[in-house]
Amino acid sequence: MQKKLILDSDLLDITLNRLCQQLIENHTDFAETVILGMQPRGVFLAQLIHEKLQKALKKEISFGLLDTTFHRDDFRRRDIPAKASETRVPFVIEGKKVVLIDDVLFTGRTVRAALDAMIAFGRPSKVELLVLVDRKHTRDLPIAADYVGKYVDTLTSQRVLVELEAQGHKQNKIWLIKKDE
Amino acid sequence: MSKLTQRHLLGIKNITREDIELIFETADNFKEVINRPIKKVPSLRDVTIANVFFENSTRTRLSFELAQKRLSADVINFAASSSSVKKGETLLDTVNNILAMKVDMIVMRHASVGAPHFLAKHIKANIVNAGDGTHEHPTQALLDAFSIREKLGSVEGKKIAIIGDILHSRVALSNIFALKKLGAKVMVCGPPTLLPKFIGQLGVEIEFNVRKALEWCDVANVLRIQLERQQIKYFPSLREYSLYYGINKKLLDSLKKEIIVMHPGPINRGVELSSDAADSSHSIILDQVENGVAVRMAVLYLLAGAAA
Repeated sequence: MQKKLILDSDLLDITLNRLCQQLIENHTDFAETVILGMQPRGVFLAQLIHEKLQKALKKEISFGLLDTTFHRDDFRRRDIPAKASETRVPFVIEGKKVVLIDDVLFTGRTVRAALDAMIAFGRPSKVELLVLVDRKHTRDLPIAADYVGKYVDTLTSQRVLVELEAQGHKQNKIWLIKKDE
Repeated sequence: MSKLTQRHLLGIKNITREDIELIFETADNFKEVINRPIKKVPSLRDVTIANVFFENSTRTRLSFELAQKRLSADVINFAASSSSVKKGETLLDTVNNILAMKVDMIVMRHASVGAPHFLAKHIKANIVNAGDGTHEHPTQALLDAFSIREKLGSVEGKKIAIIGDILHSRVALSNIFALKKLGAKVMVCGPPTLLPKFIGQLGVEIEFNVRKALEWCDVANVLRIQLERQQIKYFPSLREYSLYYGINKKLLDSLKKEIIVMHPGPINRGVELSSDAADSSHSIILDQVENGVAVRMAVLYLLAGAAA
C-alpha cells in the first residue's frame, strides 16, 4: 500500500489554528488552565499549540511534559520495555483545568496511563483531551477526545505517521502508512 | 534499544556500556519521580521481589526496598541471621523454597564470591547482586558513576581515585569496571598490603601516597577499612592508617583544586574520612544515597520488563 497524505503543511496550520480557537472559546484567558504534552510524540504538537496560544493571548500559559511509561498497562507484555522520557510538570495541577495533548488517538491506552500519571501532581478540576488525529473505531477503552484535528478511518494494519518540522523533518506532513513500512 | 543485554545484574563485568547508559537514562526519569509529592508509580504492580540478605546491610537493603515500594512491587525480606539457614539449609534449597512461593526477582547479598552467579545457573527468577563477598557490588558502582555524571556532566575522561581498602572491597572492583567502561581514568590508592597484587592489569593506575592521588583526581571515592574481612593485620593500627591515608578538610583545602569526595558508607568517621571532610561541601555522600534509590528503581524496572 502506498503512503497516503492525510494533512499537509498548509492544512495542518489551518487545523492547528482552529484547535487553538476552540481552546480559547472554552478556556478564555487560560488563567486556570494548564497544557500537558504527552511524551514522546505529543510534545512537539503541544509546543506548537502552546506557542500559538501564547501569541494569540499575549500571555504566559503553564506548560508541562508528561511521560506515561511507568503507568502503562503493557509492562512485561512487550518484548522490549518502553523507553521512558522526561516528565516536567513545574506547577501543581490541583484544581486546575488540564488540556492533555497527543498526536494520535488510537486504542486510548496511553491516555488512560496519562490520566493515571497526572494524578501524582494533584487533582485537576477538569481534564480535556486534544489530538491531532483521531483514528475512528479503534478504541479499546471508553475514551474520547474533546478537540480533534482530523478524524481518520483506519485499519489496525495501518499506522499514522506524524512528521513535524520540530522533530527534524523537512515539512509538516501527516501520513497514513502500512504498519511495517 | 531499551533493553538490557542481560537477564540478571550479577556484576558490572558482564554488562555493556550501552546497558549502563540505558540504566542512567531510566534513572534520570525515576529521580524525577522520587522528588514528586507522590513518589510512587505502578510499573511493577504484579511483580514480587525477595530481598535475600545473608550478610548485614542497612543502606543497600533499605534502598532496594524503597526502590521496590516506589515501583509498587510486592516485597518480602529475608535475613539469614533469623532464618533456617542457621539450621543447615543450603543456599539453593533456601532460594528454591522462596521461589516456590511465586517470587519473580531475587535481590541477594552473600558473603561468598560468585553466590549470585551460581544461583543464576539454577533458577529462573531475575537476580540482582547486592554484593557478593569481596567480588562485586554492581548497584553501588552504578549509583557512584551516576552521581559523578550528575555532578560533573559526564564520566568520560574524568579522573577518579579509589582510596582505601581495595583488597577487600567489592565496591572498588565494580567501580573500576563501571568507570573504565564509561571512559574514565581510574587510580587506586592505599597501603601496599591493601592493594591486590595484579590490580594494575585492570588498567588502573596505582599510587601509595594519598596526597598525590588527591592532587591527580577530580573525584575521590573513599572506602572503609573492612576489619570484619581481615583475618590478619594489614597495617599496624587504625590510628596509623588514619595518619597516612585518612582524608580531612585541611588536606582537601590544601589542594590547588576543588575535588569531589564520595563514600559508599558506612563511614568510620575519623579513620578513612574525618567528620569535617565528610560533612564539607566537597562531599556528595548523601546525594549518592538519594541516587541509589533512583538507580535501583531503573535496574529493577529494566530487568522486570525484560522478563516477559
